Amino acid sequence: MSTGTPMGGAAESQARADELVEETTKPTRLRGLSDWWNHLPRLSQWAFLLIAVAAAFALPLVNIPLLTTEPSNDWPLACAEMARYALVAVGLNVVVGQAGLLDLGYVGFFAVGAYVAALWTSPDSTLVHIPYLLTLPLAAMVTVVFGVLLGIPTLRLRGDYLAIVTLGFGEIIRLLATIIPALRGQQGFQEVGHPPGTNAEGNPIFSNSAGAPWYWLTITVIILVMIALGNLERSRVGRNWIALREDEDAAEIMGVPTFRYKLWAFGIGAALGGSAGAIAAGQIGFVNNQRFDVQMSVLFLVAVVLGGQGNKFGAILGGAIVAYIPLRFTGIAEFKYLIFGAVLVVLMIFRPQGLFGKRPHLLTFERRAHKRIANLANAPAVSTAPAGTTKEAGQ
Amino acid sequence: MDQWISFDWEALGANFWSATVDGLTFGGIYALVALGYTLVYGVLNLINFAHSEVFIVGAYAVVFTLTSLGFGPSVPNLAWYAIAANLLLALVFGMLASAVTAFIVERVAYKPLRAKGAPRLVFLISAIGMSFVIQYLIFWWRGPNPEPAVIMFQNKPVFDIGGTLIYFDSILIVSAAIIMMVVVDQFIRRSKLGRGIRAVAQDPDTATLMGVNRERIIVSTFILGGLLAGVAALFYVMKVPSGVLYLGGFLLGVKAFTAAVLGGIGNVRGALLGGLLLGLIGNYGQILLGSAQWNDVVCFVVLIAVLMVRPEGILGSNLGKVRA
Amino acid sequence: MSRSTKALAAAAVLALTLAACANTDDGDSGDEDSSTPELTVQTAIDAPDDAVSPAGDGSAECPATTTIAYIGAETGANAQLGINIINGVKLAVEEHNANNANCQVTLQTFDTEGDPNKSTGPVTQATNDENIIGVVGLPFSGESKATGTIFEQAGLVHITPSATGPALTQNGWTTFFRALGNDNVQGPAVPKLTEKLDAKTVYVVQDDSEYGVGLAGTATEALGDNVVGSDKVTTGQKDFSATISKILAEKPDAVFYSGYYAEGAPFNQQLVAKGYEGIFIGPDGVKDQEFINQAGDASANAYFTCPCIPGELITSFSDAYKKVSGGDAPGTYSVEGYDAATVLLAGIDEGNQDRAKLKDWVTNYDAQGLSKKFKWDETGELTELAVYGYKVQDGQIVSVGVL
Repeated sequence: MSTGTPMGGAAESQARADELVEETTKPTRLRGLSDWWNHLPRLSQWAFLLIAVAAAFALPLVNIPLLTTEPSNDWPLACAEMARYALVAVGLNVVVGQAGLLDLGYVGFFAVGAYVAALWTSPDSTLVHIPYLLTLPLAAMVTVVFGVLLGIPTLRLRGDYLAIVTLGFGEIIRLLATIIPALRGQQGFQEVGHPPGTNAEGNPIFSNSAGAPWYWLTITVIILVMIALGNLERSRVGRNWIALREDEDAAEIMGVPTFRYKLWAFGIGAALGGSAGAIAAGQIGFVNNQRFDVQMSVLFLVAVVLGGQGNKFGAILGGAIVAYIPLRFTGIAEFKYLIFGAVLVVLMIFRPQGLFGKRPHLLTFERRAHKRIANLANAPAVSTAPAGTTKEAGQ
Repeated sequence: MDQWISFDWEALGANFWSATVDGLTFGGIYALVALGYTLVYGVLNLINFAHSEVFIVGAYAVVFTLTSLGFGPSVPNLAWYAIAANLLLALVFGMLASAVTAFIVERVAYKPLRAKGAPRLVFLISAIGMSFVIQYLIFWWRGPNPEPAVIMFQNKPVFDIGGTLIYFDSILIVSAAIIMMVVVDQFIRRSKLGRGIRAVAQDPDTATLMGVNRERIIVSTFILGGLLAGVAALFYVMKVPSGVLYLGGFLLGVKAFTAAVLGGIGNVRGALLGGLLLGLIGNYGQILLGSAQWNDVVCFVVLIAVLMVRPEGILGSNLGKVRA
Repeated sequence: MSRSTKALAAAAVLALTLAACANTDDGDSGDEDSSTPELTVQTAIDAPDDAVSPAGDGSAECPATTTIAYIGAETGANAQLGINIINGVKLAVEEHNANNANCQVTLQTFDTEGDPNKSTGPVTQATNDENIIGVVGLPFSGESKATGTIFEQAGLVHITPSATGPALTQNGWTTFFRALGNDNVQGPAVPKLTEKLDAKTVYVVQDDSEYGVGLAGTATEALGDNVVGSDKVTTGQKDFSATISKILAEKPDAVFYSGYYAEGAPFNQQLVAKGYEGIFIGPDGVKDQEFINQAGDASANAYFTCPCIPGELITSFSDAYKKVSGGDAPGTYSVEGYDAATVLLAGIDEGNQDRAKLKDWVTNYDAQGLSKKFKWDETGELTELAVYGYKVQDGQIVSVGVL
């Protein structure tokens, strides 16, 4: 079953780790789009990738008339929020999409990350102060600890039980922020730190009204995370996650240590949620106990499901859309939960795989394997072959 | 760091009986709502996440019925039998509204997916979506504020235990919850529909081969859960007259769901046990630890602790194992 | 199945028949606690003679681009409070523009939903628009904390009509002004009210909001030995039985609830239903018609403190407001919104038509408004503040005068 292929070079993986396509076309065309992408030569993929990344970086600078969130919301700040949601969705996608664990308390990790950033940088906190940029890895580490502490007793439970337990965890975090005096309840922490540097006017580059720098910081983090996740997905870890998601019992019987890999997914997801929380705390500059509620967790879940569970590019798109719609159409912001609720139902009925479907890239040298099959069997429809076929072909 | 956790045993001792009575009262309401979760889970092995909204729609129906009958913020000036008749009517409308909502939820969020044989996660997410749709339709219609209070009757103390007055509503709710529980338990064990439910819970395929109409059983289970939620809705309005708002179902639903899981989801007696236990634990914890935020924290911590020892809840989870 | 359906139908018919015979009348079943002294009620108050009117003298001139903004909740769960303020601001702007043909000020609104996490976008958008020279907002303390620095960096003056967190004026912001007293003002007024009502023992209950916690602290301090116990409830709570049994064990003369009406109303309702016969005191967060709607008859025992004047009692304001709001009476903070906008408009009329000048104008402002005298100290707090007492009478909130 296991192919045991070694991990590919980072550069090679990165090339494939990205089919970031800015323009979204109709869902029905996505399959064709994906085919087209997979058949491009490596060099063209690189070129497209560079253009896509450049376009992503330029996003807050170009204020496209119909697309912009102005005049109700500052466009660069809207971009920053979209990027933040995208990061959250990428993290939750590891838990829900890759490993198939339904987490209804993901906002708990987001909150922990935000509080880590606040506690170690805000003047309202009595703790030792450290530079803001150090709080990002610190937030990731602390949330991993929380994730593992929550995961050890609960990840042995079956899916539905896990849903209620994670929901409870999110609520506990929110309530503890109120109960524990050191976390200052609704009073909160002001002047949470930010990365260093000041502009010509003497204001900080990363002030909380400057969206673009925060956006660039966030998508840099996202790109690093994507490269790492791309490698992880094609490693033994990724294959075991998929086995786990598709059929837990079968995976267990085939010798996959399910508990350990669930914990992996939970920990990684937690770390990403925590980082996003720390970034949010820095940009907004203020952290209190408001809005870390179940509704937020569900909104995050919508982002993952909308983009397509198990597809990290879909997650990015889903996260951005979930953040974008209420900012763009402020008139309907009041109805966003109504709209997203309806979207969930309709999506589940007509397109449960989301905008992008799952992308089970199981092998490091998948492309080579594809070619070999194509040559051997003269079969033109390789790229549409199900995961199982690809797996066998790899051996 | 300040001391953030301290145990006030004295307060718990002083308020023990009132905390017990209130805990049992709310436990009864949780248990009735938990039954809806449990029955659906037993039959489909799926959590009906929208059941909390099934419940709150019933509560709205109860409030609207009573308001149109002339009930309002004042204690009604009526003979007891007239009040009882009005409440009965409100109960009927509450049960109907909840049952219809449950039916719609099944038709929209479950049936199309079942026809496709979708994976479990898909059902859960569509139910969450349905729950949001109902919540925010209510928000759209009624705004963020709860409905004005509806007082059903002059609540009088009936007797006292060690200086704690026991009020009529508590006795009514707890006894009604227990009676309903016994009725449902017997219904599942003895009636034809109950036998069908058990058969489907045990083995859907064999049940179908044996001539059980699976689709009909599933719809009936949803409706049964809805009817029980309607009963809970009446008691909820009785106990919390201004608690009927768009999020009201969600807040109570989380507790009821926790109760179902705690007792063993898919287990009718487990729902009663889980509900009553959760009502008590939350209330004791709140008084012992000195603030209302602790109520939920204590409940969830107990849930996690119980699931670690008994992963399927206190009484286990199989509805199919129940014998007639 | 069919048998039970029949039984159900029969029960429904029976219930219908009985219900049709039934006749509920709203007879007053709650008897007044005779030991509580009656406080005299203010029926109407006149607008102060020297109050500045946004209409001005009609001779103002300003560029057509002159804009002031409201930033705060317009939608979401906090929408009502925002609408109260917006209508107040709108009324002031309309009165101004109707009388000043050569100075038409535009009002722009930005929605934050009252959420700190959503507030930086709209505020940045407003500060980037050079035409906006003054702002009414933001209504809540959390979002004000998150965005104060942005206003400061942009040098844009903003007057909050309702954010009462005491810490807001401790940030050294020169652009922040508050059109009402902070949480620390009301606390000392509570013992004045209990004294008038002859209540010796007070039980203090607080919610978990910054407002509730802060206010409970100052009130407890001011009440001193009269406090016989305290408890905490949580936002969104609907059942208060645990707290109520603790209160009933103490039998206090009064309960002071430090929080908002959303929890205060069901709390008082359940308290009275369990046989509590004392009085209930709430701060301005509880003083709302919605409290009476939700608490029902139980609200008859309620008194309030508020550092606000009863705007609905100023007939001229109330009538004009109803035209803007489409018939709704002025709500909580409507007068503050009107007054804050008036301060800005008066400055524009005097020729202070850029951000720096308007900020100086507000900093040095000293004149009577509809609700109170507006003169700020260097931190942005008002220098003169009165707290009013209110009570519930016949389902209405009525003023009992200055405490």
